[in-house]
Amino acid sequence: MDTEPKFFETNPTAGVVGKPLNRVDGRDKVMGRAKYAAEYNNLPGLAHAVIKTSDVAKGRITGFDTTAAMKQPGVLAILTYQNIPKLAKTPNDADGKKAIGAPMGYLPLTDDQIHYAGQPVAVVVADTLERAQYAAALLKVQVAADKPIASYEDPKAQLFDPEKIQDGKADGHVKRGDAQAAFAAAPVQLTHKYTHAINHHSPMEPGATTAHWEAPDRLTIYESTQGVTRTQKSVSTMLGLSAEQVRVVTKYLGGGFGCKGSAWPHTILTVQAAKAVGRPVKLALTRPQMFTGMGHREDQTQTLRLGATKDGKLTALIHEKTSTTSPWDNYAESNSKIINMLYECPTFEASYQLARANVMTSTFTRAPGEAPGSFAIESSMDDLAYQLGIDPIEIRLRNYAEKDPTNGHPWSSKSLKQCYARGAELFGWSKRNPKNGATRDGRLLVGWGMATASYPVHNSQGTARARLYADGHAVVQSGATDLGTGTYTVMTQVACDALGLPMDKVRFELGDTKLPTAPNSGGSVAAGTVSSSVYMAVQDLWQKLIKVAVLDKKSPLYRAKIADVEAKAGRLQLKSDPKKGEGFADLMKRADMSDVEGNGQGRYGSGYEDAQAAANADQSKKDEAAHHSMHSFGAHFCEVKVDPDLGTVRVTRWVSVHGAGRILNAKTARSQIIGGSIFGIGAALMEGTVRDQHFSRYTNASLADYHIPVNADIPEMTVEFIDEHDPHINAMGVKGIGEISMVGVSAAVANAVFHATGKRVRELPLTPEKILGAKAV
Amino acid sequence: MNNFSYTQASSAKEATASRAGTAQSAYIAGGTTLLDLMKANLEEHAQLVDINLLPFKGIEQTADGLRIGAMERMSDVGEHPLVVQNYPAVSESLLLAASPQLRNMASIGGNMLQRTRCGYFRDAAFPCNKRVPGSGCPAIAGDNHNLAILGVSDACIATAYPGDLAVALAAFDAVLTLENAKGKQRRVPVTEFYVLPGRTPQRETVLEPGELIVAVTIPNTAHARRSTYLKVRERTSYAYALASAAVGLDVQGGTIRSARVALGGVGTKPWRSPEAEKVLTGAPATEATFRAAAAAALRGAQPHDDNRYKVELAQNTLVQALLAVSS
Repeated sequence: MDTEPKFFETNPTAGVVGKPLNRVDGRDKVMGRAKYAAEYNNLPGLAHAVIKTSDVAKGRITGFDTTAAMKQPGVLAILTYQNIPKLAKTPNDADGKKAIGAPMGYLPLTDDQIHYAGQPVAVVVADTLERAQYAAALLKVQVAADKPIASYEDPKAQLFDPEKIQDGKADGHVKRGDAQAAFAAAPVQLTHKYTHAINHHSPMEPGATTAHWEAPDRLTIYESTQGVTRTQKSVSTMLGLSAEQVRVVTKYLGGGFGCKGSAWPHTILTVQAAKAVGRPVKLALTRPQMFTGMGHREDQTQTLRLGATKDGKLTALIHEKTSTTSPWDNYAESNSKIINMLYECPTFEASYQLARANVMTSTFTRAPGEAPGSFAIESSMDDLAYQLGIDPIEIRLRNYAEKDPTNGHPWSSKSLKQCYARGAELFGWSKRNPKNGATRDGRLLVGWGMATASYPVHNSQGTARARLYADGHAVVQSGATDLGTGTYTVMTQVACDALGLPMDKVRFELGDTKLPTAPNSGGSVAAGTVSSSVYMAVQDLWQKLIKVAVLDKKSPLYRAKIADVEAKAGRLQLKSDPKKGEGFADLMKRADMSDVEGNGQGRYGSGYEDAQAAANADQSKKDEAAHHSMHSFGAHFCEVKVDPDLGTVRVTRWVSVHGAGRILNAKTARSQIIGGSIFGIGAALMEGTVRDQHFSRYTNASLADYHIPVNADIPEMTVEFIDEHDPHINAMGVKGIGEISMVGVSAAVANAVFHATGKRVRELPLTPEKILGAKAV
Repeated sequence: MNNFSYTQASSAKEATASRAGTAQSAYIAGGTTLLDLMKANLEEHAQLVDINLLPFKGIEQTADGLRIGAMERMSDVGEHPLVVQNYPAVSESLLLAASPQLRNMASIGGNMLQRTRCGYFRDAAFPCNKRVPGSGCPAIAGDNHNLAILGVSDACIATAYPGDLAVALAAFDAVLTLENAKGKQRRVPVTEFYVLPGRTPQRETVLEPGELIVAVTIPNTAHARRSTYLKVRERTSYAYALASAAVGLDVQGGTIRSARVALGGVGTKPWRSPEAEKVLTGAPATEATFRAAAAAALRGAQPHDDNRYKVELAQNTLVQALLAVSS
């Protein structure tokens, strides 16, 4: 096997790839033609379902009074644990959970138990949405309530040390060297506690499912999901069907941020409801239900101990995290990963503590672990800089990790120094007054802060199909998801360059399990994996045409060696003599081919590198190729103005510079970095869901009361990318930017507040009451 | 939301008459509050009487001051030249509230009848004395960070009116004109329109069933002309006040001849502070005076665990507002 072609080599000068093009789906979206999961309203006999949820957080259902609800006109069914169609498998046991890939180890409507407030207890189906809603309000659920546990802070909560966290994906204990001894011996010791409020993803489009049983063994669901394939697997496993019998469609998604990364209860409940009433059924979660229906970022406290020399070199990092999990799952974001890898530090130790409470399972939330973890390490690094009188950028440069500290591997690429330098230049960092509380704008205190960002290149793979027509049109497909960030657009760009065609001749299709399988759009893997898949599919198509050409007596390439022929800008030609060749259209017409199709597999991350190394004929280069650590890096710079009397914080300037491999579209990439930074500013300044400690129920489960930033909160933002050529990560050299944009953001804001006021606040969000209540250092 | 009947009335008489036979009935104007409450099953009405055609319109100078029809919209009033010129605090209170879309819909009369953002009131799964009298108040021992510290009772600590306009109106002695089913009108000062929760937090205003708000009249005064509304919230826009202050000063030769002070976000009703006005009146317009006035305004505060910060925040808000109008 030869090593795979690389975009760098076949397209040394990119055409439309990287260009700041408008979204190809933009017009359909503003015209209302883009169909979301809850908009398939023309299905025959479509019925509407509404979930009835539990008021209490713990208890047992003792009965239902359905009399009034069933009398309402149009009501088709009231489904409870007593009468809902049975499933082949549920996540309620460990094997089932694993097979289904469920985010939570409990599916409601399987028994009479209530484990959390907002838990579905019934599904009401009617011919119109309004009738279903009203019948659900009339349905009475009798409950024997118990006293719930609300969080790890509940005095009755029992803390335990999990062996594994994050669905078994990460270790509960991590150790590198003897951090305890190194900390004890460190001349500079910092010990600080950081708390993070509960955050909810709050995508604009709520979770929604439209389920259509087209035959007893054939189901189509239109789903608001970040991954059609994962949903297909979860749903088919629960139903006892083959994946092939379940089709999942997600043509457009109104944001996900992690909460649509897996199948939650409402999806299968809709499928069961459609089975029960024998009609297609649509269900969309209400906004309040979004706070208990699709996970959240958990409430958590981190303690970070940092040991350093007097000139600011790290010697020890010890991280402990305590957080709330559900009655069944050991879920915690793995905050320690970024703390372990961000700086050169010879020793590290991390441990996690969990408490079971009557809450639903928390789940991945944009930069899961990296976001809150970076708040701790980047605040503490700022403390260290301040304590030693060293500039915050300089302290980071002194601890710059030239290799991955966790395993000693070289980085596949790392442009962090350039990010610091360019960010500082754009921001005017050199003019920063090193003294806290010393810069004013009238009554307001002005502060400048910065923080490092990083996000890993996870291992992933996907597939794509490309069909080129003799008339110069092409359609390219992959079952990927566009979260609203530009997947349709960037994949069209990649296909255009690979095919040598203009944008208006290529159509990219996604979001359907009928298409070649792609990974979930999560963990920032989609751009790199799907673009590589698309690129490889086109290469496959060229190989097929080259084989036709060399056997065609009338072709200028007749009898050429396949390996000697290349495809450049839609032309097949000899590598050694590019003048000798022909365009694909001539060849295809002569061969009477209406079209030619290629299939490709794109690998992303370590899997790509391993495959390259294994295939590399030149064994001397094998070691060089393998075992790189793969991460994006970046830096955020923030200016805040703080009202010292009112405690209000406003972000007034923002600069983000990232090194994230190849950028596929300068415009959508900039938008994504801006979006992620705003997401982080929200977490820093205002986002927090409050759980009543007696009822274990949220008191602000609405977008009127759970505040996310509005336009007036956000200043002009400056975003730049460092040009990065990374040949180790995938055929396109793309790292992905979905999450790095919010890593370090809350620390950059908090560091700016510290610089403005001399007050170090370690509890997110930084609301006026905390700013007023804090003492200046 | 329950099923309801809908009637459109073109006169006050027609509106009050259409309610006569139906016990569970409500007026609907902009609907920005009512529909929220009905969708969350917090209020159920068998009948809605649309009063948008009622002739309670106009913004005009009268002998008693500026008269604003109850059916005027928040955005129209907030941007009206007479309001901007003679009642800056009223204009600001309107334009700092809600969002442009809501301000374009919401009527002045409806604004007076907003209901609390207390999370326990807004979620029918919780007990709440305001919603279900006698069921208890979990906010007192629970999440009360955005609730009241003035005028609270053992039954309720909600900021019953969470908005802004009524705070400014309370400060400047505005008077509401109400009309009942018999066509009889009465005049009630905004300060007396709202009642303290006491043991009956379900009762929030003196409005009688079926009674309509016709207009609000704000006296034309020197302190109203020199006024401001300062609103504090962690989000720059589209959020209720953590604390707010409507203040007006008539300062001559450095001495305060008259003063008006009302606080929002901290009282169980729009909180006029005669205590602060007493300190201000006749005193020099200095920060020291303002601090003393702010201390007087908050002297009776009864904070709970999460809202202790409001004592300091409300005082600072008041001081900043007074500094702004005195400079």
